[in-house]
Amino acid sequence: MTTLLLSHFTATSCLGHGLGATFEALAAARSGLAPCQFETAVLETYIGEVAGVDAVRLPAPLQAYDCRNNRLAQLGLEQDGFIAAVRASAARWGRGRVGVFLGTSTSGMLETELAYRRRTPEGALPEQFEYAHHHNSFSVSDYVRRALEIDGPAATLCTACSSSAKAFAVAQRMIGAGLIDAAVVGGVDSLCLTTLYGFHSLQLSARTRCRPFDVARDGLSIGEAAAFALLERAPALPDERDVILLATGESSDAHHMSNPHPEGAGARMAMRRALDAGGVAAARIDYINLHGTGTPSNDSAESRAVTGLFGTDTPCSSTKGATGHTLGASGALEAVICALALRHELLPGGLNVSQRDPRLELNYLTENRRGRVRYVLSNSFGFGGANCSLLFARAHEGPV
Amino acid sequence: MLSACIRGVGVLGPGLADWPSAVSVLSNAHPYQRERTILPVAGALPAAERRRAGRVTRLALAVGAEAIAQAGLDARAVPSVFSSSGADGEVCHEICVALAGDDRLISPTRFHNSVHNAAAGYWSIAYGCAEASVSLCAHDASFGAGLLEALCQLALDTEPVLLVAYDADYPQPLRARRPIPDAFGVGLLLAPPGSGPALASLKIELCDDAATNLESPELEALRISIPAARSLPLLQRLAQARRGRIVLDYLDTARLAVEIEL
Repeated sequence: MTTLLLSHFTATSCLGHGLGATFEALAAARSGLAPCQFETAVLETYIGEVAGVDAVRLPAPLQAYDCRNNRLAQLGLEQDGFIAAVRASAARWGRGRVGVFLGTSTSGMLETELAYRRRTPEGALPEQFEYAHHHNSFSVSDYVRRALEIDGPAATLCTACSSSAKAFAVAQRMIGAGLIDAAVVGGVDSLCLTTLYGFHSLQLSARTRCRPFDVARDGLSIGEAAAFALLERAPALPDERDVILLATGESSDAHHMSNPHPEGAGARMAMRRALDAGGVAAARIDYINLHGTGTPSNDSAESRAVTGLFGTDTPCSSTKGATGHTLGASGALEAVICALALRHELLPGGLNVSQRDPRLELNYLTENRRGRVRYVLSNSFGFGGANCSLLFARAHEGPV
Repeated sequence: MLSACIRGVGVLGPGLADWPSAVSVLSNAHPYQRERTILPVAGALPAAERRRAGRVTRLALAVGAEAIAQAGLDARAVPSVFSSSGADGEVCHEICVALAGDDRLISPTRFHNSVHNAAAGYWSIAYGCAEASVSLCAHDASFGAGLLEALCQLALDTEPVLLVAYDADYPQPLRARRPIPDAFGVGLLLAPPGSGPALASLKIELCDDAATNLESPELEALRISIPAARSLPLLQRLAQARRGRIVLDYLDTARLAVEIEL
């Protein structure tokens, strides 16, 4: 696989806007989850809402794209000098040689939900509703490529909760195939009633802050996030602080639409494939950022998959107790968290655990740990059984 | 330059019941008669899943299975790329109606069927396929986006890959804002060039030219009204067994130039 440099990255979630706020919250073991007061939702659950999304204004020429999801995308792009970094990359490679691949699960669905509430007496949607710019899943990728003035190939990845992890895999293939030289990858998913009430209907929403790997875990907390990375061919002599994407591994559960394979067979295959493609032995992995949603069956299946491949020593945690499950953005958000773990040599402990589930035998960190971090794996598993594992490394450790 | 050979084709759309019937229409052996697309039952699924599978899933499974069967491959071992402009429009409508009402009760099945990759998930269950699967959306550019992803996979691996591009119509009131008139799907079993008996081989690159039109006004109307039907210029060349260059629609910033060899 083509080794790629994460030459720039950023994340915005309920932990805060940008890398500084994100790392500060992780280092302080602070959760951004709060009781659900979103829109008109009446649900006894906690959510990870990003502060300030409603106040974001899109650039005037792109007003047609105005919806919560694209405001969140814009807010995310504005952090950490990301826009300038992409412009410099496009100037270097050419606007047509930079692609955009983003993941989302619901795009601007909130606008559609609100439009249905405001249907005319004849049953039509109100004039302000824009299908292509709001509802369609491509909206966010289309918005971002226009905001960044990029002309290369573009698509939205739509594999539910693994969407933005798959974005890294698609970009790696397209750069590897020589069609482009760089790609903006990431995920943007914003709160809406479909996911809040949908997970509630599946009885998968936690009543308190989600508690991945706790013995009494009772579900997930939905969050929202915008996370981006600029991927470019790794230079021959990368900087020691650089983070690279070594490999990706994908599989399908072929089991059930919303329940994971009980033994985590598909999850294990995705991790195995990432390790094999990256040429890294399981024993060399310093940390696994788990999918770790906090639902009883997901955590159990993932624990089996991890221990089957790594044994019970490899440090693991889910950061969803801090950020919530940001669904289509979670793969990219957790990729950025992995990049921060590599850069700062900090393994984030999983939050909200009172008592670890003794049946889940993996080495689950409940406190932050500092130390040598060279190779990390990030897991994302979606509805429909769509699995993706990403393997990151410190640049000078990889087979560059 | 990306390359591939086509080892199997599946088609289902208005007046196009399968690939053989599409061949007879696209090669002008029979006149095109537009009729509402009839979606078969998803017979490959276990009974419980079969009851839950929506129209887009039935469409995607039908064209995927036809392409795989024509290539004589075992679906279990083939990675896939699913590409569509929308998810299940009926499910989306029902969820939005429920959320606009007082009790906001969503059925759990409807919720998990609302994901864009539902068709790919059902495909993997139907055939016990644990191979990698990507689901993409690029609005009207979805067919081109799926084709590019499939060819990038082939550039890096020797395994065949199944591309399934599919779109079905929304019910009202969404239909008024996204007037896709009917269901259309295409399945292409793509493999590295020279890897086995093939209908044709392709070389593809990005270009600035305009997309190739279809001579028949009825078929051209189909091409521009359903994203997956943007594949029709390619399907017509395959049906007519004609080599040469065509241009497939993609983004506003680029189209796909396709050089077809037989």
